Amino acid sequence: MAWETVLLFLIVCAGTSGELCVTRAMKTIGEVHDFRPSSLLRVMLRAIQVPWMWLGIALMAVAFFSLLGALSMENVSFVVPVTALSYAAGALGGQVFLGERVSRRRWLGVLLVCIGVTLVFLGRK
Amino acid sequence: MTSSAGLHLKTFALIFLMILFGPLGNVSLSKGMKTIGAISLHQPADLLRVGTQVLTSPFIWLGILLQLMFFVAYLLVLSWADYSFVQPAGSFAYAVVALWAYFLLHEPISPVRWAGVGVICLGVLIVGHTSPRTTEQK
Repeated sequence: MAWETVLLFLIVCAGTSGELCVTRAMKTIGEVHDFRPSSLLRVMLRAIQVPWMWLGIALMAVAFFSLLGALSMENVSFVVPVTALSYAAGALGGQVFLGERVSRRRWLGVLLVCIGVTLVFLGRK
Repeated sequence: MTSSAGLHLKTFALIFLMILFGPLGNVSLSKGMKTIGAISLHQPADLLRVGTQVLTSPFIWLGILLQLMFFVAYLLVLSWADYSFVQPAGSFAYAVVALWAYFLLHEPISPVRWAGVGVICLGVLIVGHTSPRTTEQK
């Protein structure tokens, strides 16, 4: 049980932090307008020179292996719904670290996700 | 620009592929890890043993392939469709994971858990129906 909690925590927190880092890296590059393969390749080459990108990729790798660990102990119909908590972590992280404004409507959605995850925990048997 | 009907068809086809591949990938990863069994790490050698088991499991590789296909479909559809349209559509993935888990892996799912999954879908749907950009572009 203790291990599971740690793994679920890592899936949500490392996954969301990873996405926040990748977002930050991509925002320093700027909006992509040109979707030709050669231009996309150039965007990728620039992206991997941003340290935030590597931190993000490392964190997302931690989240992936934590997911594998959690799936070895728990049912997928339990693990995947719980990972929806990333919407809560993402809203919080987006506001605190990226200066995004999170609307009341979005917080309402996050609240519903949290209620849903609680129900999934309660219906564990 | 293609016709509006064609664009709609293309968008829905790719969202359908996302909802098909993503959850199937999760279910396949789950099947692979269940075959390996609960992981017990007591000494460094265990990590190597488990790592080998994971990397030689066909279900894990199938799962990774399916997730990769999900990701490609996701990136492609985002190249023309709005994120605020695609993201809530992806909320159905949570219900689909539960359905696959029930029918393919025969996981027992209590009514309370079904209700929880439903509420999560609704929450994700609402999160997605908000503005996709609130920061000023530098």
